[in-house]
Amino acid sequence: MAGAFAVAIVAFIVIAAGGINKNLVYYWTPTDLLSAGDKAYGATIRLGGMVASGSVKRPTGVSGLEFDVKDAGKIVHVKSNGVPPQMFRENIGVVVEGTMTRGGYFQCNRLMVSHSNEYRAPKAGHRMDKKELEKLMRTTEGLKD
Amino acid sequence: MTATIGRYLILASVMVSTIGAMVSFAAGRKNSPEGVRWAQRFAYAFAALMFLATATMEYALLKHDFSVGYVAQVGSLSTPTWVTIVSLWSSLEGSILFWGFVLGLYIAGATWLTRNDHPDYMPYAIGTWLACGAFFSFLLAAPANPFATVVNPPLDGPGPNALLQNHVLMIIHPPFLYLGYVGMTIPFGFACAALMRGKLGQSFLRPLRAALLLPWCFLTIAIMLGGWWAYEVLGWGGYWAWDPVENASLLPWLTATAALHSAIVLERRGVLKGWTVTLVQASFLLTILGTFMTRSGVFNSVHSFTQSAIGPTILAFLAVILLGSVALLALRMDSLEAEGKIDSAASREGMFLVNNLIFVLLTFTVLIGTVFPLIVEAVRGKQMSVGRPYFDSMVVPAGTALLFLLGVGPALPWGRASRQQMLKALLPPLITGGVLFAIGWAMGVTNVWTLVTLLFGGYAAHVTLVEMFLPFVQRLRRGEGFGSALVNGQLRRGRRRFGSYIVHAGMVIVLIAIAVSSTMRTSREVKLHKGESVTIAGYAFLFGGTEERAEPNRQATIAHFTVTKNGKPVTTMEPRMNQYVAMREPIGTPAVYSTITGDLYVSIMNIDSDSIGILVLTEPMVGWIWIAVIMMGIGGLVALIPSRKVVILSAAKDPLTEAEGLATT
Repeated sequence: MAGAFAVAIVAFIVIAAGGINKNLVYYWTPTDLLSAGDKAYGATIRLGGMVASGSVKRPTGVSGLEFDVKDAGKIVHVKSNGVPPQMFRENIGVVVEGTMTRGGYFQCNRLMVSHSNEYRAPKAGHRMDKKELEKLMRTTEGLKD
Repeated sequence: MTATIGRYLILASVMVSTIGAMVSFAAGRKNSPEGVRWAQRFAYAFAALMFLATATMEYALLKHDFSVGYVAQVGSLSTPTWVTIVSLWSSLEGSILFWGFVLGLYIAGATWLTRNDHPDYMPYAIGTWLACGAFFSFLLAAPANPFATVVNPPLDGPGPNALLQNHVLMIIHPPFLYLGYVGMTIPFGFACAALMRGKLGQSFLRPLRAALLLPWCFLTIAIMLGGWWAYEVLGWGGYWAWDPVENASLLPWLTATAALHSAIVLERRGVLKGWTVTLVQASFLLTILGTFMTRSGVFNSVHSFTQSAIGPTILAFLAVILLGSVALLALRMDSLEAEGKIDSAASREGMFLVNNLIFVLLTFTVLIGTVFPLIVEAVRGKQMSVGRPYFDSMVVPAGTALLFLLGVGPALPWGRASRQQMLKALLPPLITGGVLFAIGWAMGVTNVWTLVTLLFGGYAAHVTLVEMFLPFVQRLRRGEGFGSALVNGQLRRGRRRFGSYIVHAGMVIVLIAIAVSSTMRTSREVKLHKGESVTIAGYAFLFGGTEERAEPNRQATIAHFTVTKNGKPVTTMEPRMNQYVAMREPIGTPAVYSTITGDLYVSIMNIDSDSIGILVLTEPMVGWIWIAVIMMGIGGLVALIPSRKVVILSAAKDPLTEAEGLATT
């Protein structure tokens, strides 16, 4: 019986290690993403940055959406099929989860808008700082299947 | 003034718990009856101080005394009274104070219930509890001081986190979680006492098991309430996302469930002593780990209200109890001698072992997935998280295996069984399993895991019901009257057995409902103008426009939907967006319409001047999860009420005694 247990535990470790490796979600900025080369394709990525001004397009489709996510220097084009959250707008911090496609755009499955639950009065032209972005990259709020 | 009183109460409880712990351990070593009485007095004194400190804080909250630090932080003149009362656990410092209050209740209760029993173990147990009490008192005295004096008190405060105000489940979820979490301190104390004493006999097993079962019931309900809250509030239509905070509540539940089962084998066969003690200690450690993960801000999720320097302090406590537990186990494990052995793998006890193996593997699966990103970040400085598919791909097979055991385990007899006995026990439930499978197939279930879940679930339900009512049926066969057989067999004698199988029945329903609701749901995201409608799974949702409503603490935008099926009205649904004064953005509240077969769910994603973006879902069987988990909690409480003492005859050939054997001792 002890032998069977040992086999089960070893098998479990192998499966768990493989499972984690396959399902890691990386937290990247546009700069990270564009400098990652081939590694950028296929992996699930949480891309964090600002929605570039003037980039939001809402095509005639029911709920399609396109916009650019930028950081200090780089810009990544994002396509999303979902309905964006209420707060979504230009010049706001977002985290999009999805994959980079060979077509040169980021296919987004989840769109999360930067906000915090702390008690701060709304500020005009609020800019997201790094800490807030990190926090957002980890939150499950705005998460949907 | 109030702040000062509270502060002194906390400082007094630091002293009382520290000295009390030392006195208790000394009493254990010297084996002095007078020392035991002093240990008890210190335990009651600690509980009284924690009660008074908490009462002081509630008084300050209700009086809106903004000179008390915590009140200035979470109080507000505009919040309703019930929100003010529960503000106690709405933020970090207050929730630690609430922890201390619950810990005091548990310590005083456990001390009182065992006041005349186990004088050789109890001082060690009380000492361990008070040592934990000393730690939480210290937290309240230094890093998480809720009674800081505010020199220039504000005229009004910001009020508690709006997410808390937004739904009543967020009010009842924390107390249940705390009753579950904090309660694990009591069996931990018993386990440490058994190790320090170097003995774990039948008589001491009973309070250990009871002390584990009570917080287990609360924790079970708390986990469900957390999921229910996420479902009713967060608006993505699910109830579980493998969020670190959710995992933190699940981890001790897994080990505690394993311990409850290994304790039965220990009771029956006298084996697994060290193992059971290890599981109990692990459950407590995991509650502290969970507190660290949720309270230190290492993970930032919806549940983390604030960040503070409290993290390192809890981590240090965690390290101390981990090292202490491991050292105790290493030094004393050998003294917990096995009194018997397990004869056969294909037996009830063999299935208990497999059950324990799966629960421990599940614990590791969830633990690794939760902690891995932290380790990677600490070691390599890279940020990442472990995606949901990892958890699903690991937990679904393990959960299915547990469901299989829920059927096969109780069907198998204790000890060695003949081939005929096994076949007679194992074959009939296949019919019920097959029936459920066929029903699922006919209803259009195609997912393999869901079909397997239905098969195993039907099997387990059959076995559970047969075993649950076995004492009743046996008494009927012996010619007892219906009422008398029911009362004697199920409620008077066999309560522990009856309660256990109620828990099993609840678990079977939960697993089936989770499988069905997660694989059979339909969802659509859609943008609607006023007067437009969307049809999903036969239900038509007509958008009738929005309405603004001013409420005392918030501004609400309410959308009106009329739901029809085949032209017949079903219900109206009103999902809303609540804008709280202190928050930058609105919080959505989805509308949920529940029926016995499933829920309709509408969540607002955004509102423009002329249109609305919504997420619409149908979720079959989701409500069954909440009901079945409540059933599990009640079953656990039924099993907890001690039955009348019955002497077990050594010749347990009498099937009645055999069936009720579990219920006795």
